[in-house]
Amino acid sequence: MNIVVLVKQVPDSGADRNLRSDDNTVDRGSANNVINEMDEYAIEEALKIKEAHGGEVTILTMGPDRATESIRKALSMGPDKAVHVVDDALHGSCAVATSKVLAAALGQLGADLVICGAESTDGRVQVMPHMIAERLGVAALTGARKLTVDGSTLTAERQTEEGYEVVTASTPAVVSVWDTINEPRYPSFKGIMAAKKKPVQTLSLGDLGVASAEVGLDGATSAVLEHTKRPPRSGGTKVTDEGSGGVQLVEFLATEKFV
Amino acid sequence: MSEVLVVVEATREFGVKKVTLEMLTLARELGTPSAVVLGGAGAGEALSAKLGEYGAEKIYAAEGEEIDGYLVAPKATVVAELVTRVQPAAVLLASSQEGKEIAARLAVKLDNGILTDVVALDADGTATQVAFAGSTIVKSKVTKGLPLVTVRPNSLTPTPAAASPAVEQLTVSVTDADKLARVVERVAEQKGSRPELTEASIVVSGGRGVGNADNFKLVEELADLLGGAVGASRAAVDSGFYPHQFQVGQTGKTVSPQLYVALGISGAIQHRAGMQTSKTIVAVNKDGEAPIFELADYGVVGDLFKIVPQAAEEIRKRK
Repeated sequence: MNIVVLVKQVPDSGADRNLRSDDNTVDRGSANNVINEMDEYAIEEALKIKEAHGGEVTILTMGPDRATESIRKALSMGPDKAVHVVDDALHGSCAVATSKVLAAALGQLGADLVICGAESTDGRVQVMPHMIAERLGVAALTGARKLTVDGSTLTAERQTEEGYEVVTASTPAVVSVWDTINEPRYPSFKGIMAAKKKPVQTLSLGDLGVASAEVGLDGATSAVLEHTKRPPRSGGTKVTDEGSGGVQLVEFLATEKFV
Repeated sequence: MSEVLVVVEATREFGVKKVTLEMLTLARELGTPSAVVLGGAGAGEALSAKLGEYGAEKIYAAEGEEIDGYLVAPKATVVAELVTRVQPAAVLLASSQEGKEIAARLAVKLDNGILTDVVALDADGTATQVAFAGSTIVKSKVTKGLPLVTVRPNSLTPTPAAASPAVEQLTVSVTDADKLARVVERVAEQKGSRPELTEASIVVSGGRGVGNADNFKLVEELADLLGGAVGASRAAVDSGFYPHQFQVGQTGKTVSPQLYVALGISGAIQHRAGMQTSKTIVAVNKDGEAPIFELADYGVVGDLFKIVPQAAEEIRKRK
């Protein structure tokens, strides 16, 4: 099975993250950039399917030059190769344009199965799998916490508010996964060394046949008008329990009319 | 005034979710709300009274197996057709998994911008979003097409405004391409009398400090006494103390209740990402240096196994 995993490089969610003051895009320059955590679960799931059923795993990333670091990190887990869509004109692309670019790249790669994380930690927008599926005219099984592959039939448990749904589709399909689906492997030393030699193909907008006017800040379908840092919450009262902490807590809740 | 489409979120037992009432309240500020019901047979009629109570002037319903038996795509097709027909001033959906997914497909079908996790929307289409774990407030706008927006639960207080809507049944003309992902089974888990996590006014969460799955009874007890939902930190979920669907944080649910009670939660960024826009935050932790106390309006440093039962007893006494 020809599997493509979408990998996004994001600013580390454990550190301070900002939007740029000049063009209101995510500040990637001053951030510590890492693989979007949920994508590691997507890579793991792809590798497990390859191990069980054979095939090839390709990483697909759209991002600036520095996303190469994340691509090598992804490859060190075990995928065979990577495709990096990189073009200055992509800076500031909205989700709608991003899906157009990724769908064009996926069209060229001819994937049987596209796996991605359910959301990225920077935007948390959760729209990409369905946007891509809509463009490619293929099935989307999203929010999977379990995935089974039987020939060309995919069955997933999709997490819902009330429990889960069992959903099924045939390949080609897009599947998005939550972090409950597996436990991603750590790259081995051998894996890290091998990753340096794995092929990484770069594609420009021209290679994909997407016009630069359709992407980037100018082609965006939405715009950030302004952004401000939320004032940090000022800590309130802190008491140390000396035997009546529970009662004191309820007294506070009563003052605030919660009790 | 032009129509504003509100795509209804409801339970499978035809209960209108609170976020829907919030969206109807918001829609009244922008135009004339029309509710769009997408679900099983009879959903439109079953939901109409409640939707009317909150100002829906009209109800569009697309019902049956063609809609309900497949994931997302048929719903998006129906809403896209409706948008093209009625040319609404805006389309509002809930910022839930499915709400965002329908919106995603609508954005591609209509070649239209999309804004998610919106907490306020002005009549001129300017939206307010909270980004980066609640640390940044963003004003943004759809610049291509109509405002297509997903609204975060608990962003505003729903207020009733009686209307008596008629239900218009939509002709469902979904394509084969819309029926590629089939729902073969729906399984309800952990469904109790507690409010849903993202919609609850009060959330009581437990973390690693709760110690084990059995001890989560303490968390549940306090939640029930306060009429709240139960949440859990990632550390607690990863340790198997509580099921994943109750996880609050960066890789879980984002909640914004009136009151958030954190028990045995240190307050790592992973967790803060999901709860720091809560109105009032209360924390109990044995480590006085835990970062959760930087957020807490009221914090108690001490042993939660002493403090929580005492608090529960005190609430019972006061009832």
